[in-house]
Amino acid sequence: MTREADVPGNPRKAGRERAATTGALNLYAIRAIYLFEMARWFRTFMQSAASPVISTSLYFVVFGAAIGSRMGEIDGVPYGAFIIPGLVMLTLLTQSISNASFGIYMPKWSGTIYEVLSAPVSATEVVMGYAGAAATKSVLLGLIILATARLFVAYEIAHPVWMLGFLVLTAITFSLFGFIIGIWADNFEKLQVIPLMIVTPLAFLGGSFYSINMLPAFWQKVALINPVVYLISGFRWSFFGVADVSVGLSLAMIGLFLAICLGVIVWIFRTGYRIRP
Amino acid sequence: MSVILSIQNLGKTYASGFEALKDVSLDIRRGEIFALLGPNGAGKTTLIGIVCGIVNGSAGRVCVDGHDIARDFRAARAKIGLVPQELSTDAFETVWATTRFSRGLFGKPHNDAHIERVLRELSLWDKRGDKIMTLSGGMKRRVMIAKALAHEPEILFLDEPSAGVDVALRRDMWAMVRRLRDAGVTIILTTHYIEEAEEMADRIGVIHGGKLILVEDTAVLMQKLGKKQLTLHLQHPLAQLPAGLARDALQDARDGTLVLADDGNTLIYTYDSQTEQTGIAALLRRLAELNIDFKGLRSSESSLEDIFVNLLKEHA
Repeated sequence: MTREADVPGNPRKAGRERAATTGALNLYAIRAIYLFEMARWFRTFMQSAASPVISTSLYFVVFGAAIGSRMGEIDGVPYGAFIIPGLVMLTLLTQSISNASFGIYMPKWSGTIYEVLSAPVSATEVVMGYAGAAATKSVLLGLIILATARLFVAYEIAHPVWMLGFLVLTAITFSLFGFIIGIWADNFEKLQVIPLMIVTPLAFLGGSFYSINMLPAFWQKVALINPVVYLISGFRWSFFGVADVSVGLSLAMIGLFLAICLGVIVWIFRTGYRIRP
Repeated sequence: MSVILSIQNLGKTYASGFEALKDVSLDIRRGEIFALLGPNGAGKTTLIGIVCGIVNGSAGRVCVDGHDIARDFRAARAKIGLVPQELSTDAFETVWATTRFSRGLFGKPHNDAHIERVLRELSLWDKRGDKIMTLSGGMKRRVMIAKALAHEPEILFLDEPSAGVDVALRRDMWAMVRRLRDAGVTIILTTHYIEEAEEMADRIGVIHGGKLILVEDTAVLMQKLGKKQLTLHLQHPLAQLPAGLARDALQDARDGTLVLADDGNTLIYTYDSQTEQTGIAALLRRLAELNIDFKGLRSSESSLEDIFVNLLKEHA
């Protein structure tokens, strides 16, 4: 009698024995997927990059230059500078999710996913290609926005290495989250639901424009349920050395979310959920 | 000839409960052209999907050149190229970029000379800089073949390659498939065009209701299951077959049948092409004795299509 794990194409068996039988990563495949995705981004550079840069610039004009000049400092940081980490994080979260979800959803939608599924690539390599490209795009956008912000507001980065670390780690984590959304979505509406209905509100309520210490005590406690609070707090600390929660806790929360996303992706590829009937 | 693809007791039941494949076993020989025939929903695409890694099988085992597709999926899949039935392409990519992408995806380093060879072979070289969305349906089909050949596979699956392409392109494709076979590539194709299978395939498999009901060399199949017909156009119509005509004329012939058709104007005699005693001479003698004249006669052989249809009727 055939055991379940022995049946053809069964990824549970394949996953377990992959290391023993295949060894190294298929680097050519990772590179092919990565470059393919980056080429798509550069081909639509204006809508991919210019649009978030323009909208973020508007935030700086309104909240930084216009309203910010009439507001006092927060935790010793001028308001115009205070909102920079939150705005970068807002763009980073939405762009990571949107790039990664779109990147994997499009082949599903157009049917070209057959090629990836039939290629000698593992789940790890597929994710590295798609999520890696999405994270790269988001990090580049984040850096572009930081450069743009410098045109409006003077700021210093207290811990540049940590800043880059938070930027990259958050981009990777939310690109993985976007990858999951792209696999889950079976129409374009679903692709937009979570970024628009959940992530953007959480980013706005997560301290992008204020410190949660400015909230009443009760709402401070409620705000701690919001995972984005920890991302923005840690990122802001790397700029100004001030944070709503401890840096260690911020890192732990990002690590936890990263682990959850990786776990879900492993499950998706083991079961073939919505990609391999 | 050695076996390059071994399928053993393969089964597939989808989540809906639909059993698409039932205990299918099949060996594909290295370097042959194998045609898989079957009506819509027979299980052809599911079978190909499992071998190529697009669909998870429910039971059985598949080995590609000795590599189990589950345990050693990298080695197994690297040997396979797939041209799916649907025209699924990256509309905004150029022909050159998408073909190069396919080679990288299958773990091969850049080889622009090979990509150029493939594109020239498929008459796509002049279109290499064009976006796929600007190409005709036939050209898109060629692009999909180019993508499948980009990593130099040893086995090529062509799932309904002629669907929706014009006659000229179909003939081009047949010629290309033969050249690939001559170069040592094993070709497995599914098709609705029976003449395509008859003309190209070394062996034919017929799948129906998820079961493989026949696998045979094309020539042997035509011999074994082929029937011949003798059609006699009568000078004067008959109201019915004269009593005893069939019995008397065909007493020495095996499996011969005689029917009156076309409002009594035509006699159709169907007989086994392999037998020595066809019964034709006896039939003609008996007609002469009965003064039944005919103004013309025609002999014909059943096509693979007839054989296919009869097989499906038998297994319906």
